[in-house]
Amino acid sequence: MRLVAYVLIMAGAIQMLLAGIGVLRLPDVFSRMHAGTKAASLGVACVLAGIALLTPDAVARLKLVVAIAFQFLTAPVAAHLIGRAAYRSGVPLFEGTRFDELAGASKADGAPNPGDRPEV
Amino acid sequence: MDAALALFGLAFLASLVRVALGPSLADRAVAADVAFLTAICAVAVFALKVEAFAFDDVVLIATLLGFVATASLAWLLGKET
Repeated sequence: MRLVAYVLIMAGAIQMLLAGIGVLRLPDVFSRMHAGTKAASLGVACVLAGIALLTPDAVARLKLVVAIAFQFLTAPVAAHLIGRAAYRSGVPLFEGTRFDELAGASKADGAPNPGDRPEV
Repeated sequence: MDAALALFGLAFLASLVRVALGPSLADRAVAADVAFLTAICAVAVFALKVEAFAFDDVVLIATLLGFVATASLAWLLGKET
């Protein structure tokens, strides 16, 4: 059991490091979010699960499990909000982007999309 | 355990560099979110290391606060343009 917990904690720590490196190295906001949201969520879940296995106190263990659940509930919503706001504020895409399916889409109120950009 | 803390430190530094560089506010919001999650993990590992399980409250509340912080940054970002 302790071995499983230590493996989970180290795997989670490596995930978090990869998320940090991805956020630092990837070329634009949307690919950085790809590292920052998914890798970091999985990393947090692994670390907290490993710690919950090692924690002797039942109440503390429950708190950690609830924290994992909240993390999985809130991370996609937060990433969606940031991505939507970033696209609408016209953050430039990486030059290597192949598809931009929102190009030419307009906002619900009929205003032109400030994220509109020439075909890539 | 200490190795995990060292990895969290490196990840935190990498995200902080992106917060400092980040060309747009969205970059900074994403990087700050990752830095915050890394800090949450470090607090959880530290709580186990010193066997102070009251720190697990910090982990639980910080998970929720991180969401609120990111959502309000996204709101600010949408409002600014």
